[in-house]
Amino acid sequence: MTAELPKVHQADPSDPAFGPRVTLTAPLVLQSGESLAPVTLAYQTYGTLNAAKSNAILVCHALTMDQFVCGVHPVTGKRGWGEDIVGPGKVIDTNRYFIVCANVLGGCMGSTGPKEINPTTGRAWGLRFPVITIRDMVLAQAKLLDHLGIEKLLCVIGGSMGAMQALEWAVRFPHRVYSVAPIAGSYRHSAQNIAFHEVGRQAIMADPDWAHGNYLEQGSVPKRGLAVARMAAHITYLSEKALHQKFGRRLQNRDALSYGFDADFQVESYLRHQGASFVDRFDANSYLYITRAMDYFDLAAENGGVLANAFKGSNVRYMLISFTSDWLFPTEESRAIVRALNAAAANVSFVEIESDKGHDAFLLDEPEFHKTLQGFLDGCAEMRGLPKRGPL
Amino acid sequence: MNISRRMRVDLQLIGDLVTPGSRVLDVGCGDGSLLAYLVASKQADARGLELSMAKVRAAVSQGLSVIHGNLETDLKDYPDGAFDYAILSQTLQATHSPRDVLGDLLRIGRRAIVSFPNFGYWRIRWHVLTQGKMPMTPTLPDRWYDTPNIHLCTLRDFVDLCRDMNVKIEQGFAISSADRMQPVDPTGWIANLFSEQAVFVLTKG
Repeated sequence: MTAELPKVHQADPSDPAFGPRVTLTAPLVLQSGESLAPVTLAYQTYGTLNAAKSNAILVCHALTMDQFVCGVHPVTGKRGWGEDIVGPGKVIDTNRYFIVCANVLGGCMGSTGPKEINPTTGRAWGLRFPVITIRDMVLAQAKLLDHLGIEKLLCVIGGSMGAMQALEWAVRFPHRVYSVAPIAGSYRHSAQNIAFHEVGRQAIMADPDWAHGNYLEQGSVPKRGLAVARMAAHITYLSEKALHQKFGRRLQNRDALSYGFDADFQVESYLRHQGASFVDRFDANSYLYITRAMDYFDLAAENGGVLANAFKGSNVRYMLISFTSDWLFPTEESRAIVRALNAAAANVSFVEIESDKGHDAFLLDEPEFHKTLQGFLDGCAEMRGLPKRGPL
Repeated sequence: MNISRRMRVDLQLIGDLVTPGSRVLDVGCGDGSLLAYLVASKQADARGLELSMAKVRAAVSQGLSVIHGNLETDLKDYPDGAFDYAILSQTLQATHSPRDVLGDLLRIGRRAIVSFPNFGYWRIRWHVLTQGKMPMTPTLPDRWYDTPNIHLCTLRDFVDLCRDMNVKIEQGFAISSADRMQPVDPTGWIANLFSEQAVFVLTKG
């Protein structure tokens, strides 16, 4: 297979195709109290940082995404997940802005995570990797920006788990962000969110090839478990309507039911494909750690149960966006954030976009969403004294 | 931000009343034309609340700070004295409990600026008197069964409410059908008869 796809790299971060990496030697004190050192972050940048360093935007990726927002992905060979929205003349215009996206702490695309080597033991971290949180991911990103010499970001933009990071940025480093745009997100993981993640984790752990997390040393890959985790999660990213429109009850490569357990239905075939292709690019332990980080996220609990306390005295501009058919992070979650921001008299915009595409709408071509986000970004840029958007 | 389009006459008056550099909440801000004016010409920290999602999108796409929400449920979220001005233009008469809304505006803003159509305007009285039907005017263009206006009042009714609520009227303006505006004594019968719309600047008494 590899011979047919010469441009596709193995998931080996020492490969130059993985782009720049920065290693922080000072220990990162994690929310759990543990210290982690050294911490490496693999990242990508797009566009040019201006002399005043005032045009930097941090893009925070979602659970199973990575730093490859644009261009050809070095592992999958597919186009970047953010190509619709990031690029020259696009919503997040690389002609105007300097975009930074780092693989999250705990990830598996070159940043320090359970698949990397623990320098003290010389073996892969596996389950000896400390449990990390959204806050820890953001602390690591802040250190990366220090390294890049960026004191203040024009905006932090993220969907889903990226929205959690954007909110954490506004709360943790309000002086370092002019604005944040949390999209299709929440201030805390709901019981339902945690429940779906637990299904995924249990699927991974039930796979004998997971080997109590030591599969790398054992030379196995918990493909079946990780694939099932992906299949279950993928359903939550789509709306019932989107799933129905895409597949209905149509049969896959057959005219009649097989009266067996093959993938008779197109939707089954689709999910199996989603699961199977996921294991080629994602690490099972990373999946455990990152889903855990999302589950632990609760900005209200950290602030005495009152979310508004998290935003008190905030000078950050907020733009919240939700999608009508998103049942994983429904509009009510964004609205709760808006209410808390209002209670703190913060500067907030909020738009619910009509879409039947479910949670995944934030990754798809949704013109109203793009127009709204672009308007917000351009407004921020204008207020920060950046030159106006040039003719397209 | 596009402020070249002509603003509704009451919005222009309201915009002129706002002190530069103020913090403003425009409740029912529509597509944000007043907000855009306040940001561009008054360097205001101006925010909006709007019920129509399409209008919210239009406003936010221009870079304005607007949230989708319902003033009758969402005003309570804002803390006391968060704004220098809380503005409600041509909307009070469409709320379920204008008294509560007015109270919230004056709690959130140090001042409230409120505009509404005057049901005591002579053309309305004439319409009812001569035709015996619910009035339809350029300010009140809808038929009785599809108007959003459920709590119409006259200038004098409004002045009575302010007195009951111990609200101080700092300034009052009448807008005639010729789009002329002038300061008026809002308690007088002449203003009640000849103002098609009214704009009030209010503070807590």
